[in-house]
Amino acid sequence: MNAATSNVFVGKLNEILEYSVKDPLRYIVNWGRIYSLWPVHLETACCSVEWGAVSGPRFDVERWGMLGAFGAMRQCDVLIILGTVNRKMAPRVKTIYDQMPEPKYVIAFGACAISGGLYYDSYNVLPGVDTILPVDIYMSGCPPRPEEFIQGLIMLQNKIRASKIRSKKYVRDT
Amino acid sequence: MSETPEIKQQLPEREKKIADNIAIKLGKDVLGIEIKPKRIKVKIKYKCIKKAANYFKTELNLDHIVSVSGIDYPNDNEIEVVYHAGTYERKDLRDLLIALAYRIPRENPKTQTLIDIWPSIEYDERETHEMLGVFFEGHPKLEKLFLPEDWNDKPPLRKDFKNPGR
Amino acid sequence: MSELTISVGPQHPGSGHFRLIVKLDGDKIVEVIPDPGYVHRGEEKIAEYRNYIQNIPHFERPAIHDSSNILFAYVQAVEDLMNLKIPERGQYIRVIMAELNRIIAHLYYFAIYGIFVGHSTMFMWPMGDREHFIDLAQMISGQRVGFAFLIPGGVRNDIPEGMMTRVNDACNYFEKRLTEYERIFMNNPIFEKRAKGIGKLSKEDAIKLGVVGPTLRASGVKADIRKDEPYAVYDKLDFDIPVSKDCDSWARAWVHIEEMRQSMSIIKQALKDMPSGPVKLNLRGQIRAPPGEAFSRAEASRGAVSFYLVSNGGMNPYRIRLITPSFRNLIAIPHILKGLLLADIPPAFWSLDYWPVEADR
Repeated sequence: MNAATSNVFVGKLNEILEYSVKDPLRYIVNWGRIYSLWPVHLETACCSVEWGAVSGPRFDVERWGMLGAFGAMRQCDVLIILGTVNRKMAPRVKTIYDQMPEPKYVIAFGACAISGGLYYDSYNVLPGVDTILPVDIYMSGCPPRPEEFIQGLIMLQNKIRASKIRSKKYVRDT
Repeated sequence: MSETPEIKQQLPEREKKIADNIAIKLGKDVLGIEIKPKRIKVKIKYKCIKKAANYFKTELNLDHIVSVSGIDYPNDNEIEVVYHAGTYERKDLRDLLIALAYRIPRENPKTQTLIDIWPSIEYDERETHEMLGVFFEGHPKLEKLFLPEDWNDKPPLRKDFKNPGR
Repeated sequence: MSELTISVGPQHPGSGHFRLIVKLDGDKIVEVIPDPGYVHRGEEKIAEYRNYIQNIPHFERPAIHDSSNILFAYVQAVEDLMNLKIPERGQYIRVIMAELNRIIAHLYYFAIYGIFVGHSTMFMWPMGDREHFIDLAQMISGQRVGFAFLIPGGVRNDIPEGMMTRVNDACNYFEKRLTEYERIFMNNPIFEKRAKGIGKLSKEDAIKLGVVGPTLRASGVKADIRKDEPYAVYDKLDFDIPVSKDCDSWARAWVHIEEMRQSMSIIKQALKDMPSGPVKLNLRGQIRAPPGEAFSRAEASRGAVSFYLVSNGGMNPYRIRLITPSFRNLIAIPHILKGLLLADIPPAFWSLDYWPVEADR
């Protein structure tokens, strides 16, 4: 252990001691949430090809706990919108979002999910998925590189680490 | 530097022979034939579409359709429907595509379906119906294919339908 | 007889958004009604608002891992109208990119087949081997997927030095891997039970319904646009078309594996025979096609793709009609799924290689 690694080690030890004295329950609960994020695959269009590459052996996103759980939506906590959402699919996306239990997070992946992308003036495309869902992380690119996905995932983990245990409360519209 | 267009030599032999046969068989119904290497376009009157399609299927052995397109010409007040037909059985004609084109009035675009001759065009005619408003009589299921179920605007591919913001 | 109607989709953990309305009698399928349109983005209408160069990234997005093959048909239609003659080196580079894209798309097909059947090793291995070919494409064009490399007049830039050794290394490695795939997947007794004899499409039906691509070649019809109507330099290269006579799902997967072998030999030949010279024409100013019509076809990895281009002399095309192979194969889905059990839907449906984004455009 040289000077650089001992610095990191002491920093981590300090963080753990601080949390275990000050706020142990929140630290443990959030740690469990961060390293077991299970995604819902909403593979729309071109960006799903890069999602396949991210789950593959070279860029392996399972190192951070994001397991490709091909089960039901009622067991998942992250909704990744991969690509364009159009007017026929929009009610179904809202239904999927309502089926997930709290706490849940939404990632908008690709230019089409952020703002409509290349198809911003089409008659059938929503100008961004944040017109119907609350989005936590935006990842830009057409399609984004896998390294960008991993950076966005770490940003989401930092956001969860700093949040309260109780799930978000926001005004529900009828 | 741009390439100068090549001087058109005499028309290709095989295509010219087939075009002459079509002109003899269909007679006065043919409004014009355009010949290019490997592509023939036959413009006919709308009323004899079934007779021409039967001739293509039985005599020339064109057993499948490659595409059905609709083109909107608001200046002439007409819609043109084009069928491109090809063959798998006859190996010497595999690279040839023959197009059958006719025009119908824009206000009342009603025409007959060719699904009993070529059963592979069920979804193509449905798409032309929802995108341009052409009504094919005799089609078993003329509903929306790609557009949302609650679409109540003009057919999108017409020239007077503008994309939002344009 | 009691009938139950269920809907498979529109959210799938594998292929894109596509719904099948299935009418069941117990466990047996009585009727299947496909319901596409969940990814319809309006490509043909947008093409009338963009000019000929801006349309290039648009038209590769329907099947992005197969981009050079779709663009092949588009740039040939534009060059047909403008009467251009492409330099020879540009043609060879186009063929190399097209065959690289074919291998990349076929490996994605096998990866998703692994998910649908439940074979997780068959998801990981093709995804890993695909990265080698994506690296080769990235060396040539600079992008991982969606390169927009073919333009009217040639290709964007020349290939770098030392490409020959890199391609040879990748192909030698991949030849050994193909025998491994056959051992763990194609000759696997569980996969053979799930796929052999399932989803038959006879030769007469295949011709009558007008299907294209590996679906057609696995039903006994030897038809391929690269041999029937040779474009670019395919008539100077030596390759074969795999055809199978049993018309079931296993035969369609087999045709994909053999096509990958042929693609590797095409790439090696093209690199050896390539002449030197410029790679694109020097077209000054905007590209503006004269009034007229053009219809051109190319062989993509899923089948024959066609473009019908109508121009009236303006900056933008007047009408572009794009027919993709998945749209042509849509008519075969209700046909092959009739009479099967409900659990046979994944191997039979994916063997047709239906990509919903491509069919909806």
